[in-house]
Amino acid sequence: MQIIANPGIKKTMKIAPDKSFKIAIASGKGGTGKTLVATNLFYVLKKNIDNVALVDCDAEAPNVMGFYNNYKFNSDYDITLKAPVIMKEKCNFCGKCKEYCSFNAIFLIHETIQVVYDLCHGCGACFFACKYGAIKEKHLKLGKVSHYSNGKESSIIESRLKIGVLSSVPVIKASINESDKNQICILDSPPGTSCPFIQTIEKADYVVLVAEPTPFGLSDLKQSVETLKTMNKKYGVIINREGIGNFDIYDYLKFENITILMQIPFSKKIASCYSKGDILVDFMPELQNDFLSMFNTIIN
Amino acid sequence: MEIAVISGKGGTGKSCISAAFATLSEKIVLADCDVDAANLHIMFNPEKEEEQIYIAGQEAIVDYSLCDNCKKCIDYCRFDAISYLNDKIVISPVLCEGCELCMRVCPTRAIDMKQNDKSRMHSGKFRNGIMVYGRLAPGEENSGKLVNMVREKAKLLSKSHNLKTIIIDGPPGIGCPVISTITGVDKVVIVTEPSISGINDLKRTIELTLKFNPKIYVIINKSNLNNDISNHIEAYCKDIKVEVIEKLPFCSSIVEAMTNCKSIMEWEPKSKIANKINMAFKKITNN
Repeated sequence: MQIIANPGIKKTMKIAPDKSFKIAIASGKGGTGKTLVATNLFYVLKKNIDNVALVDCDAEAPNVMGFYNNYKFNSDYDITLKAPVIMKEKCNFCGKCKEYCSFNAIFLIHETIQVVYDLCHGCGACFFACKYGAIKEKHLKLGKVSHYSNGKESSIIESRLKIGVLSSVPVIKASINESDKNQICILDSPPGTSCPFIQTIEKADYVVLVAEPTPFGLSDLKQSVETLKTMNKKYGVIINREGIGNFDIYDYLKFENITILMQIPFSKKIASCYSKGDILVDFMPELQNDFLSMFNTIIN
Repeated sequence: MEIAVISGKGGTGKSCISAAFATLSEKIVLADCDVDAANLHIMFNPEKEEEQIYIAGQEAIVDYSLCDNCKKCIDYCRFDAISYLNDKIVISPVLCEGCELCMRVCPTRAIDMKQNDKSRMHSGKFRNGIMVYGRLAPGEENSGKLVNMVREKAKLLSKSHNLKTIIIDGPPGIGCPVISTITGVDKVVIVTEPSISGINDLKRTIELTLKFNPKIYVIINKSNLNNDISNHIEAYCKDIKVEVIEKLPFCSSIVEAMTNCKSIMEWEPKSKIANKINMAFKKITNN
């Protein structure tokens, strides 16, 4: 890969040149600073590497673009689900589609049959079940994936769930697939440890967990670490708001032998900077090297 | 009466505010519906009187003694969960949504379903009433259903113990667990913070909540971190006729309280912020 001469990035990157290397920024607890880390890491990397992408995988609460309003909109497309439409004139109400549906999305009493679209996962089992050709499929809109760029190759890909839709998983999956052509991708993950989080880190080569040193922060960190262990992922931890809470998190990380990648102090200056949608390293340039050395640790 | 505390954005202070509401005076039922990051049991250390297993969906597994590698399952799976690796069919438990279609199309009946049964729901007494909380096992899904189960249990306990108020601590986001949290509740309190992210998420959360018709109250937490955006949020809420009932300043004693496993009402009951939270709760319960 091409690396612009810069002492900050080691040239011995152990990244296969033909493969996209994906770093997910995640946390069990919400609001620990995932987006802060993702937007700043992207900012620092794009100064040094061509072809880096930032993917906002938090489709329920996408906020990355709030920090990059100088990026221009390129294109977007709808993410849809293939859901059944039952043609009543062909239906003989045998109930086989209802039997095949694992999500209780088909409602049938006597000769009334209805699809509860909120529950449909679009698996196609009902379509397969129907022997009378009474089911056709239509596209149901779930959300959008949008591309933004600043003229060069660096780009931002945003997933955005349509309000009222239950599952963000298909939208997240689509946004990550879109980033495959970029050499380095930063995935800003949704919070939690359930489906949206899993879908994001499933595709990641390395996971950065952002945690805060409080009892709630530690409890959620443990839950995330347990999840990552079951998925055999490589990971490290950033401690954000260092200085608040207590020291229990350090004992835990030491006990589990988990790398602390970086520490970001608690400060009102950082909170205020973040609140305005500013990029932190512009105001605290000393953090730039911390982000670069973290990146070097990750890829080596 | 069910009062749900939610926020689109994470980390705005939902749980600390729910904890404060739960320890005002009257005994209550507290339901922690942030099932993939349940935290309030750390603060309140409830008795574990009852534990229930929650089946969080299912996943497909292959019996290789029966599989003849016809790959029909791969063609039918719409979740890209099945692949052919090193001469065998591999089903990713992460991508599998448990729809059973592969099992049904398999000509040699080599696929069976396995239930995910590691998630739990707990309930028991805590120092100001009864608490119910769900814990989704790492990586398991269907958190919306677990939220429903927690709410049902909380309602039962509220009846049997004659506790009128149920405080629900909700999850972040606007997806399935949030929809399950706010469906049918009487009142929704949205906790936001004055940042660009905070306001964007607040707008999406309000838009979602309006679909369910509860009474909505907004609390701007850490309001002095950015007064301009706080004012902007107030103006926006006024515009769409949603009431901002309180602006709480950034306050380090909330974190101190949490670190000591206390709510702010227990830690500094006479502080200004405790008073403001008390006033806010009165407004919520009185109209």
